[in-house]
Amino acid sequence: MLELRHVSCRYYDRFVLKDINVRIEDGDLVGVIGPNGSGKTTLIRAVTRAIKLAEGEVLLKGKPLGMFGFKELAQQVAVVGRLYDLDVQMKVEDLVLLGRIPHKRGLQLMERRSDMDIARRAMELTGTLSLKDRFVDSLSSGERQLAFIARSLAQEPELLLLDEPTSHLDITHQARVLDLVRKLNRDKGLTVLVVLHDLNLASQYCDRLFLLGDGALRKDGTPDEVLAYQTIEEVYHTPVVVMKNPVSSRPCVFLVPEDAIAGVK
Amino acid sequence: MENRLFKWLFTLLVLIMILLAVSAFSLSLGPAGMHPGTIARLILGGVGTATDYTILFDIRLPRILLGFAVGGSLSLAGVLLQAMFRNPLVEPYTLGISGGAALGVALGTIFGLTGLLGAYSLPVFGFLGASCVILFLSIGINRSVLNLQGLLLTGVMISFISSSAVLLIMSVSRIEDLHGILFWIIGSLGETDWLPVKLALVAAFSGLIVAYLFCFDLNALSLGEEDALHLGVNVERTKRVLLLLASLLTGLSVSLAGAIGFVGLVVPHFVSMFAGTDHRILLASSFVSGAIFLIFCDAVAKSVAQPVELPVGVVTGLVGGVLFIYAMMRRANTVRGK
Repeated sequence: MLELRHVSCRYYDRFVLKDINVRIEDGDLVGVIGPNGSGKTTLIRAVTRAIKLAEGEVLLKGKPLGMFGFKELAQQVAVVGRLYDLDVQMKVEDLVLLGRIPHKRGLQLMERRSDMDIARRAMELTGTLSLKDRFVDSLSSGERQLAFIARSLAQEPELLLLDEPTSHLDITHQARVLDLVRKLNRDKGLTVLVVLHDLNLASQYCDRLFLLGDGALRKDGTPDEVLAYQTIEEVYHTPVVVMKNPVSSRPCVFLVPEDAIAGVK
Repeated sequence: MENRLFKWLFTLLVLIMILLAVSAFSLSLGPAGMHPGTIARLILGGVGTATDYTILFDIRLPRILLGFAVGGSLSLAGVLLQAMFRNPLVEPYTLGISGGAALGVALGTIFGLTGLLGAYSLPVFGFLGASCVILFLSIGINRSVLNLQGLLLTGVMISFISSSAVLLIMSVSRIEDLHGILFWIIGSLGETDWLPVKLALVAAFSGLIVAYLFCFDLNALSLGEEDALHLGVNVERTKRVLLLLASLLTGLSVSLAGAIGFVGLVVPHFVSMFAGTDHRILLASSFVSGAIFLIFCDAVAKSVAQPVELPVGVVTGLVGGVLFIYAMMRRANTVRGK
């Protein structure tokens, strides 16, 4: 589905991604983790063409990204960003219908019936249908994030990119958002690349993880392979303990506060 | 979504009817007065005296059509700029285009060049001045020297610089020149020549059509540039085309009618309160409302203090300022959920 070959990006003269080589297959659910400033968001921006590559190339379905038209790319790739700061008055339904823009034809001014149906299904799937006449800025953070996921689904993408979709959400909504993402991945075959800063969420929900450190890919593998305490301590410069979640048996990372270490010693 | 389409068409229909009513009202006003019946007979059947015919078709009608074109263009430019900058305080004059036009007029006047082109000289000098600013800004955008924020600040600075320069010129110019410059800056729809009026109408309608080609891109831009990119909008091209469009509309309006203030700032706000923020309806209804607003203000300007005619820019400022404060307070209330 997506392949990054020797991708490097920089802001001004500072490299934020260095020689990244990864492949994501159809139907993968991949998490991107790493400390703040390690290039997680830049990785997403490289795939959406929001930032120019300094070197390397990105291939979508084997085709260089530069060969896609703007609309064509938005028909294949949808993005859900961090919590949006909204200062516009827009109803949830109108927000979701924005997702149909890439599929608009020529001089078409109004949505077709099929557009309305697709938007409706996206809202049903995300549980936001009952909110459709509410203004987006009156929603709670969790509901708002679900509405934006509904919009991305209205784009009918094959690849969904999420940039820290759960930051600032309580555990109820963290679980709702990520359960939904996994359901979409399993049931609809949607390929997902999700940036998460919470290592345990990444471990619980993703089949495969990319660990970025300082702009470079430090580890690529299953949660069990990536979330070894040596690796985490090396990349995050923080002492941790890794154990298994007793129910899901996925690795669970506990950070160890400084004074607790002193206590053990 | 037939419901929404009907609602939009209804909104537009109501606005067009108000426009026709205000235009008819303004047509009947003037030092000579004229009965609405006479006007109807003249326009529909061509029946009436020669004097009435001249007053109507050579003085009042061009004025109203110019008001329509300028009001529509300015408020359309306002909608486009507010959507792109995502800033409610941006208006067509923020980019310094009117400042450039005023400087052009002032320079033309003190160098005694206004006789060169007869009645067209002030508009031509205004347009030259406006074009210089537009050219300067477009070079900045094309070379990516200026991002949107930079563009805004540069525009504000150009406004300051040119208004200081205009004040300087005015302080050293002769008294009869002074009056001409001042009147031009405040703005008036007194242009009675048909050619510029037709030009303004063609420009206004073409501008509206071009803007409609971008209505979805404008909707997508309401959540920011990167988000619009995710929705498949060619953000750089859209910004370039629409900035140029807004600048040209502003430049032409300002050169023909002077720096009539507040239309491009107030009208889009006011319209979005009752028509919604979807640009598919916002563009057309702002265009028509801008025309209504300017024709109405012009009618007030020429009738309240007869036989003296007030400059229309003063009336738009007074009416517009009050409307704007009202709009902001209502908006603040709706945000708080009242």
